[in-house]
Amino acid sequence: MTQEELKAVAVAKSVDARGTACPGPLLEAKKAIGGVAAGDVMEVLSADEGTKVDIPKWCTKQGHEFLGTVEENGYFKIYLRKK
Amino acid sequence: MSTSSEPTAAQLIEQIEALQKRVDQLENNRKDQLSIAVVSGDLDKIMAAMVISIAAAAMDTQVKLFFSFWSLSALRDARKKAEGKDFISKMFGFMLPRGYNKLKLSNMNMAGMGPVMIKYLMKKQNVMSIDQMFKEAGELGIEITVCEMSAGLMGFKKEEFIDYPDLRMAGAATFVAEAGESSIQLFI
Repeated sequence: MTQEELKAVAVAKSVDARGTACPGPLLEAKKAIGGVAAGDVMEVLSADEGTKVDIPKWCTKQGHEFLGTVEENGYFKIYLRKK
Repeated sequence: MSTSSEPTAAQLIEQIEALQKRVDQLENNRKDQLSIAVVSGDLDKIMAAMVISIAAAAMDTQVKLFFSFWSLSALRDARKKAEGKDFISKMFGFMLPRGYNKLKLSNMNMAGMGPVMIKYLMKKQNVMSIDQMFKEAGELGIEITVCEMSAGLMGFKKEEFIDYPDLRMAGAATFVAEAGESSIQLFI
């Protein structure tokens, strides 16, 4: 997905994990995904650089579809679609 | 010449099928499970074990921690005491750190300044505290097994350990059996 497409995607659940470092954002994503319906998009906000690499790995393992990352000012948004 | 001792093609096929079944069984035996033998009692190594465990649990991997030797200090609850210890056990109890918050760093300990600095930096950079790590680990269902033999050597009793949802005492065979069925095995 392009940056424009990502920014326009309908987000069902937003997880603000900017207050935690590794492995906090992953843990918050795990806790939040249960409340997301299959096929819906979840975004994870993180300021931890490692999360950008970790979340796609988590998606691969869990079967979720990693959509991409959008850089914001001082943090980034990671998008994924629940399987 | 009689070939009655040689297997027929049908028998060979049967044997191959039996072996194939066995291989499938063995391959499926490896669970999505992480086993760590936690032996070090250094703050940095205990934290490494906890961070890896929490990340694994967040990925729905079953985690089983086997605490042995120096790592037992991490599981002590400073508020708890056990009766009926001999002199050497009391000495061990006195000399070893009382819980994960009292552990030393394996490097740059600097008479206790190192851990203070690390904890300050962790807080500043929003890293989970070691208290939080154990709390999250408990909530995630990470199992802790305490090596019975090490506990006996150091004179630690089960009632002295931290309140943790899934903490039990067992022997090395438990670790071997559980590690054998894990897809990831680590030694820290």
